[in-house]
Amino acid sequence: MNQPMTASPLPNSLRTGPDERGRFGAYGGRFVAETLMPLILEVEAAYRAARADPSYQAEIERLLRDYVGRPSPLWFAERLTAELGGARIYFKRDELNHTGAHKINSCIGQILLARRMGKTRIIAETGAGQHGVATATVCALFGLPCTVYMGATDVERQKPNVFRMKLLGAEVRPVTSGAGTLKDAMNEALRDWVANVRDTYYLIGTVAGPHPYPMMVRDFQSVIGEEAKAQLRAATGRLPDVAVACIGGGSNAMGLFHPFLDDRSVRLVGVEAAGDGLDTERHAASLSRGRPGVLHGNRTYLLQDADGQIQEAHSISAGLDYPGIGPEHSWLHDIGRVEYVAATDQEALAAFQLCTRTEGIIPALEPAHALAQVAKIAPAMDRDAIVLMNLCGRGDKDIFTVAAALGVGL
Amino acid sequence: MKGGRAVNRIATRFAELAREGRGALITFLEAWDPDRETSAAMLAGMPAAGADLIEIGVPFSDPMADGPIIQAAGKRALKAGATLRHTLAMVRTFRTRDSTTPVVLMGYLNPILSYGTDRFCDDAAAAGVDGLIVVDLPAEESDLLAPLAARAGLDIIRLVAPTTDDARMPLVLEGSSGFVYYVAITGITGTRSASGDELAAALPRIRQATRLPVAIGFGVRTPAQAAEAVRVADAAVVASALIDGMAATLDADGHATAATVPSVLAGVKALADAVRVARATA
Repeated sequence: MNQPMTASPLPNSLRTGPDERGRFGAYGGRFVAETLMPLILEVEAAYRAARADPSYQAEIERLLRDYVGRPSPLWFAERLTAELGGARIYFKRDELNHTGAHKINSCIGQILLARRMGKTRIIAETGAGQHGVATATVCALFGLPCTVYMGATDVERQKPNVFRMKLLGAEVRPVTSGAGTLKDAMNEALRDWVANVRDTYYLIGTVAGPHPYPMMVRDFQSVIGEEAKAQLRAATGRLPDVAVACIGGGSNAMGLFHPFLDDRSVRLVGVEAAGDGLDTERHAASLSRGRPGVLHGNRTYLLQDADGQIQEAHSISAGLDYPGIGPEHSWLHDIGRVEYVAATDQEALAAFQLCTRTEGIIPALEPAHALAQVAKIAPAMDRDAIVLMNLCGRGDKDIFTVAAALGVGL
Repeated sequence: MKGGRAVNRIATRFAELAREGRGALITFLEAWDPDRETSAAMLAGMPAAGADLIEIGVPFSDPMADGPIIQAAGKRALKAGATLRHTLAMVRTFRTRDSTTPVVLMGYLNPILSYGTDRFCDDAAAAGVDGLIVVDLPAEESDLLAPLAARAGLDIIRLVAPTTDDARMPLVLEGSSGFVYYVAITGITGTRSASGDELAAALPRIRQATRLPVAIGFGVRTPAQAAEAVRVADAAVVASALIDGMAATLDADGHATAATVPSVLAGVKALADAVRVARATA
């Protein structure tokens, strides 16, 4: 009963998690207050029933095709490949989805689930604002009231997305506790949910939170890897040598990686945000520099001090600015199936400009971190090797941040 | 380890109060809020002011079940340098002068995991802690802590919420000890209050499922509400209202003033007076 809906796993598959307690190895679980526990169980039961229902699957497929615009294209980045002078680089272009990022893949599945559950109000947390925009979008589509919690710091640095959410009819509540970023927005969304359990569905944007969210969001995002695998096979006749994705909470990476977990020849590389550098105090690299703990309903790697207080994450990218990571990534890290590395703000900014200049694509700062890693490894690889990168969001929202970082006044 | 403790302080206290025919007042303070000395003085003074049991909040950076008042308390405490180790030291000092008032720690799981669950349970028991309320450790995940707590002689006090239905109640109560903490509202601390009717409807559901004493918390703010709570339950927990009163005495920089400790203890006394006569005046 724990199998992902996207494929039938092999006997020794890495794709069978989580177990019945929502654990991926030692990670995951359901660490929430008793008030929420019955609702978490209800969400899980509703999701298991829904994914066994062909009409639910058909509705998701219709919306992904006709509303989101899936499948997203696979693009051979030829000039970038020539510039880097090594492996052939392919972009999975999830930045072309409606709303401009991969977040909507999961919003479609979850809003349909919320409707099946009879919930009449939607709440969400957002960092960069991409998940908030995607949630506000599906709420507009289905005529449901929507409240988005967003750290006050992020509200300031992601103004275009704040305005988009408001245009879409959502209420954006700035959160001033903590550093006013994604972690604090998630705390406040959980507080709202506790107070409004009976009518409200919490539409979580990443592969974190209490079970079943990490599993459910992964299942919805796995469309990225499934499509990319088929598209790459059609284009080149084979699997990639390396697949690369950026990681904040880890939803786009989990979506890209999951369908490749059992293809052991494919190196999987997750790129965390190194901010000012891994050896400074300002980064968001939970796996590289954190240790296991419990936050936001799941056991996972966290940035924390010696007393177990959660530390603030820092990244130029609001979407990666989170001190935790999805529990399945923590497990994949421990068993060594996925390599986790990091890219600094400066490296991401350079990659942002490289992509824009060579491919005519302005990427979001989040996938610019993935591209920074691609730029590090591709030149040393054979020319017939293939690197697949998830271009999970577009950069329109980031032009003000980038301009400021480059010292340009707009 | 349970050390030289002859009997469980929580059970003893509830048994005494049952013989007296009155309900218990459980008062709350956040460790090191606003600073170490002031919170130690509040803790030391609470029993004489009328607290029957004391709950000490362990500061955590991300208190997801708490409203603005306790969030602010935790923030002040962390700013003052509070840690879980300091919280245990505070209890140890309290125990040198008070060997009977039960002390319960309330907090979140991560600082306990960071301390080490095994060592934490032993150290907490040795310091004189009697029970634990871990907000983000539901029955489903309790095996992380419950066996170690039991071995150390610590009660695991579980939360029961309005959303806990009858089918789920036995699972939640299995393995809980000390008392049952009824979260009177679906919501965070210090925000709204349950009505008398809501409480009257909820209590029989819990009584049917357990013989443990039942405390009502979340939204119990005034002496009148505390009195109302102990008419239907065995104890009333007052937290946000006491912290609110305390915070009002702080100076512009958030530091304690001469009024801070007396004001909190006066608040405790007013609640205790109401709780002590509640059943007589019902």
